[in-house]
Amino acid sequence: MSLVKNLINGTNFDHKSLNALQKVTLRAVVMSFLFFGLVAIEGMIMRLVQAHAPIPNQFYHPEHYFSIMTVHPIVGIFGSTYQLVFAAFMFLVPFLTKKPLYSVKLANYVWLLITIGTALAWLSAFFTHYAPLYTLYWPLPADTEQFNLIGGIVFIIGVALIMIGTLGFIYNIYATIFARVGVHKDKTTKELLISGFGIDGMLNLWNKLVGKQPYSKEPALALPVVAIFRGTVDTFLDAIVILGAGILVLIYLIFDASGHSLNVASIDALLYKNFFWWGLDLVADGLVLIYVAGSWYLLATLITGQKLFMENVARAALMLELLVSWMVWSHHLLGDQGQPEMMKLISGEMVTAFELLTQGLALFITLVTLWKARPLKMTMELKYLLGGLVGFGLAIPAAIIQADMGMNRVLHNTQWIIMAHVHIALIVGLYMTLYSALYVLWPIVTNNTKMFSSKLSNAHFWLYLIGGVGMGAFGGMAGLDGMLRRHLYVHGEFNTYMVLAAICGSMVLIAWVIFLFNIVMSIGIKGLIGIFLPAEDKSASYGIEPESVAQNHK
Amino acid sequence: MTFKSSLELLAFHNVAYSIYAFIIISIIAWFGYNLTRKEKVKSVVRIPFYTYIAFLVAGGVGHHIFTYNTIPWVSQDITRDEIKPDATYNFEITKHKWKLPAKQIVIQCGQKVLFNVKSNDLVYGFGLFRQDGSMVMQMQVNPGSKNDILWTFLHNGEFDLTSTEYAGPHQYDENGNDLMRVKKLIKVIGCKEDGGNK
Repeated sequence: MSLVKNLINGTNFDHKSLNALQKVTLRAVVMSFLFFGLVAIEGMIMRLVQAHAPIPNQFYHPEHYFSIMTVHPIVGIFGSTYQLVFAAFMFLVPFLTKKPLYSVKLANYVWLLITIGTALAWLSAFFTHYAPLYTLYWPLPADTEQFNLIGGIVFIIGVALIMIGTLGFIYNIYATIFARVGVHKDKTTKELLISGFGIDGMLNLWNKLVGKQPYSKEPALALPVVAIFRGTVDTFLDAIVILGAGILVLIYLIFDASGHSLNVASIDALLYKNFFWWGLDLVADGLVLIYVAGSWYLLATLITGQKLFMENVARAALMLELLVSWMVWSHHLLGDQGQPEMMKLISGEMVTAFELLTQGLALFITLVTLWKARPLKMTMELKYLLGGLVGFGLAIPAAIIQADMGMNRVLHNTQWIIMAHVHIALIVGLYMTLYSALYVLWPIVTNNTKMFSSKLSNAHFWLYLIGGVGMGAFGGMAGLDGMLRRHLYVHGEFNTYMVLAAICGSMVLIAWVIFLFNIVMSIGIKGLIGIFLPAEDKSASYGIEPESVAQNHK
Repeated sequence: MTFKSSLELLAFHNVAYSIYAFIIISIIAWFGYNLTRKEKVKSVVRIPFYTYIAFLVAGGVGHHIFTYNTIPWVSQDITRDEIKPDATYNFEITKHKWKLPAKQIVIQCGQKVLFNVKSNDLVYGFGLFRQDGSMVMQMQVNPGSKNDILWTFLHNGEFDLTSTEYAGPHQYDENGNDLMRVKKLIKVIGCKEDGGNK
């Protein structure tokens, strides 16, 4: 088949054979990767400015530069990552529980709301240069002396739509998990709750210690579903906090528009910071770590075809992560002198250090599960899983190092935390885990569509891995030399590191182009359009006989 | 072992983390290679599960114990309310402009100096930098809160001040120059060693 024919028709992809669940999953995946491209381009623009590259002058203007910096995480975290994770989980929960998704219609609203919300936030920053950054430190988002009022209102509405979409995802997930159909026909809500929180794993461990029979030989929920259940608690709390902050900003902006400005000093900036970081940190230290741990466990069992090593410990650890994720936000406030020292010490240092334990445990369990199944074929999914392990293996200690009162004094707000920790955690750790899941789920979600080129898949893997780690490493080194993260440098102050980081960043961008090309050549432009057409088969499940679903619903 | 300045601390940190990064990448690469091999693999070292967990706990807690005992500004920061400073300097920020206590502040080596910063509007930062751009120290400056830091300089040098927290684009002129940077605001004299550059 010629390249042009491939481009139009794909390999053997038939969108008409997909059911409603498969289609809604793929729609969100497509949007996620389009946003990934946008975020990679934004990142490269900022990197080129910091490297003092000869690009148009407008990129060096502070209004323009910081508006890019403001939407970069919104597009990256919500537009891309959230969409990809939500797509995977809205497919996996029905797939693993062998029950239909509660509502495909709601799932469609989820990706639409997140896409529209992200686009609105992006447009407001692009056209009006609204740029309070994702941290929204009070009272900056309500500062209409620096920012356009209408731009601010549009931006906040955009973020609010993303959060409403997120709440839709949460409802869909819990409604599916708690539906008493199929294998859960005879389960009570209490049993599902106990299993969802990982309490059964903890009780099993306790009973083993005291010599009793296991509390539950067959837990109600599979371990990856437990991780999704647990992570989604944090997703909910985070959505409520961000939505709350958004409403607060919106109230101030609307009053400002009416000519009756409210006093910004009525809100205590430090208290607001605590509230906001408590919620925002649930993304980084809650749902990401828990979702990732769950994904590793799932991938390890699917790749090896064997049971997870130390499953009860893994279940209990997910419960521990619940408590840890709620109490670590103060590590973002170690540089705030008004923050009580005890909170810095307990929440910022000690509880945060537990993340080394929970994530180290997940890494250990995953590696041993793989090890026990030797010899394995080095498939794309295994490669990406190992890449994901490398990412978090590097990123978590980088953060723990800074979550320390001594180190924070000389590292806070530098490029260290955003590059050596955040970018390596997201680009390498999280995304490589998600790519692994994508390669595992690809044949299931696309009805055995053949990937266009394994050589391109490999090129994507190596460029992405080396580029991602390299960019994080060079950025991190610049941070150690004093380069701030939310600062504009226009005199080439950290040129060497920034040029090297830009080279690595361009590898990530090229990797994305290669990946996208490979996917488009596999499904074809016709298939790509077909994904967005209504499904003929309205099934909201995968791998269940229609009769059994119907019976279970009775 | 005591780190006298951020330069020494960060140099140590750079080496330690680079070694760690090399080790973790090597371990996963070793795993990846051996996962595919048919013949039995001989473990380089056998680490029991509970030893591994103990190692993680010791690493997490030990890191803080290590820094508390080797970085001089940690204990001084925690107990700063009980320490009488040798000198106090008050700063104010309004609309991205500093109100400075003096055009240049000259500090004697080893003096305990209290920097007290008040913001009248937004969240800013207070950061001191060497002439090569490396950071001496920083803190956040929140409106409506106490923002004070007690610092002891143990090296000679001239240090720039700027805000380390983004407070909107008005911190910069239209060409991107930092309007809050105050060149060589602080001068430390009387130490045996210079610590102005790497």
